[in-house]
Amino acid sequence: MALSREEVQKVALLARLELTQEELDAQAQHINTLLQYVEVLQTLDVTGVPPTSHVLPMVNVLREDIMRPSLSREEVLANAPESREGCFVVPRIVEGANV
Amino acid sequence: MSELFYQTAQELRAKIGSGEISSREAVMSCLERINAVEPKVQAFLTVTSQEALAQADAIDKRRANGEALPPLAGVPIALKDNMCTKGVRTTAGSRILDNFVPPYSATVVNRLEAAGAILIGKANLDEFAMGSSTENSGFFTSRNPWDTERVPGGSSGGSAAAVAAGEAPIALGSDTGGSIRQPAGLCGVVGLKPTYGRVSRYGLIAYASSLDQIGTFGRSVYDCALQLNAIAGYDPLDSTSANVGVPDYTHACGKDIQGLRIGIPKEFFEQGVSAEVAGAVRKAVSQLIKLGASIEMCSLPHTDYALAAYYIIAPAECSSNLARFDGVKYGHRTNELAGHIGLTEKTRDEGFGDEVKQRIMIGTYALSAGYYDAYYKRAQQVRTLILRDYQRAFEKFDVLATPVTPAPAFKVGEKADPMAMKLADVCTLPINMAGVPALSVPCGFVEGLPVGLQLIAKHFDEETLFRTASAYEQATDWHNQHPNL
Repeated sequence: MALSREEVQKVALLARLELTQEELDAQAQHINTLLQYVEVLQTLDVTGVPPTSHVLPMVNVLREDIMRPSLSREEVLANAPESREGCFVVPRIVEGANV
Repeated sequence: MSELFYQTAQELRAKIGSGEISSREAVMSCLERINAVEPKVQAFLTVTSQEALAQADAIDKRRANGEALPPLAGVPIALKDNMCTKGVRTTAGSRILDNFVPPYSATVVNRLEAAGAILIGKANLDEFAMGSSTENSGFFTSRNPWDTERVPGGSSGGSAAAVAAGEAPIALGSDTGGSIRQPAGLCGVVGLKPTYGRVSRYGLIAYASSLDQIGTFGRSVYDCALQLNAIAGYDPLDSTSANVGVPDYTHACGKDIQGLRIGIPKEFFEQGVSAEVAGAVRKAVSQLIKLGASIEMCSLPHTDYALAAYYIIAPAECSSNLARFDGVKYGHRTNELAGHIGLTEKTRDEGFGDEVKQRIMIGTYALSAGYYDAYYKRAQQVRTLILRDYQRAFEKFDVLATPVTPAPAFKVGEKADPMAMKLADVCTLPINMAGVPALSVPCGFVEGLPVGLQLIAKHFDEETLFRTASAYEQATDWHNQHPNL
């Protein structure tokens, strides 16, 4: 199946990528080429075959919930594009709220 | 005897231990070599000259004080720039991390430091390890030391090129679909992808978490064993690292391979592999027979489906892993005024390159409601079939032998079509799907360019890979040849 430009636009929103019109066309073409290539997977009978998410026989790796030292606030914020009073700064999310 | 910069880690460590050379001399030889050839090779994103010399002096002081030195004491090492190094810029080859200075080090970095190794620089890669040539790097394309018109392979192309060019004796890379073995093959050095879970991924910037594995580059099999000794083992900070004992891998080097059972999977010679590459691999297999191994053809029937399954699973995991780059906590943030969603969208559009965007898009689509079963779940089921192929083969064989790449290094810009680039990984991808360990060892030249022999073993049997590759290496001279730079 081939994806339309509108469908690609929707995927881009889900992926949080703002693509230009040219990029959208290129992406549509690329995705459709790849989807065509992976059609070969549909030719295999996988009835009753369990999915492999991970090759090692381990599930639900648990550990004790113990306090241990972590990075300081200064170290964590050192890479932030913008920070203020020990917090990350982000654009306003709730319209009309007082900051 | 070759120049100091072409000595192996094993040789350097012995000379530093005996006092024949200082660690400072070992580091200086690499730094001078970097100065001389880096304009042509372009293997490094960052060279840590001052830190390296300070660490070398510390090692030399410890020796002068009569302290026992650890196994890699004073030996310079390059790291692929997707491993976090505290206080040293780490970019993952992406503009979105152009200015990122990690507040912590990856477990492998801490372990190498404990083993006395000295970080000499951070090596170039395809952005977020997605690619096969370093042409997807957000910064520049590294060059193959054997022919600088050609790519070194990728995604760990900088690591492979640095080792081949004598800029570093050893290096770490990461391998998700062949990103260690393919550049090792194309640059004529040894490259090991260990078993999934053998080495902690803590501090490795994630691409596809169920496939990513850190591994080693060296100019000898022994040097890869030395490095694996230092970095392998359980890490409580990576819950997918395996709690399986770590042997001394160097003991496997130099042993004979009498009675070793080697399988030759026929599918790996059908995938557009050039006659010359197939010929070099056949010669290598003949050599292994002379050394006492027995050979039989075999089949891994689902090999042809691996590429398709990979290009669903890896992008799906990538789309999830790369969701963290939002312009808030670290990395690039757009200067454009935008709202909450707009800020994230513009930041990601500016920061990511084309290949990364494509994989995020495919992964997002494959995981989205209504398509999950048709794509992601089915790819995981096919993955089970691939894994079973390998389990069946290892009931009968100790090792499988195949080509690493269908052809020697291609020219920069030659594979403009993204699908053509992906097909270059057809011999290495299936191994990641099965999570088994595999190693590339130089096995000859095609038109003056190196090609590699890929050896594959069962889970956690890296020792058999080292034993086989080191026996082959000792019977051949490929590893002693160096490019003219």
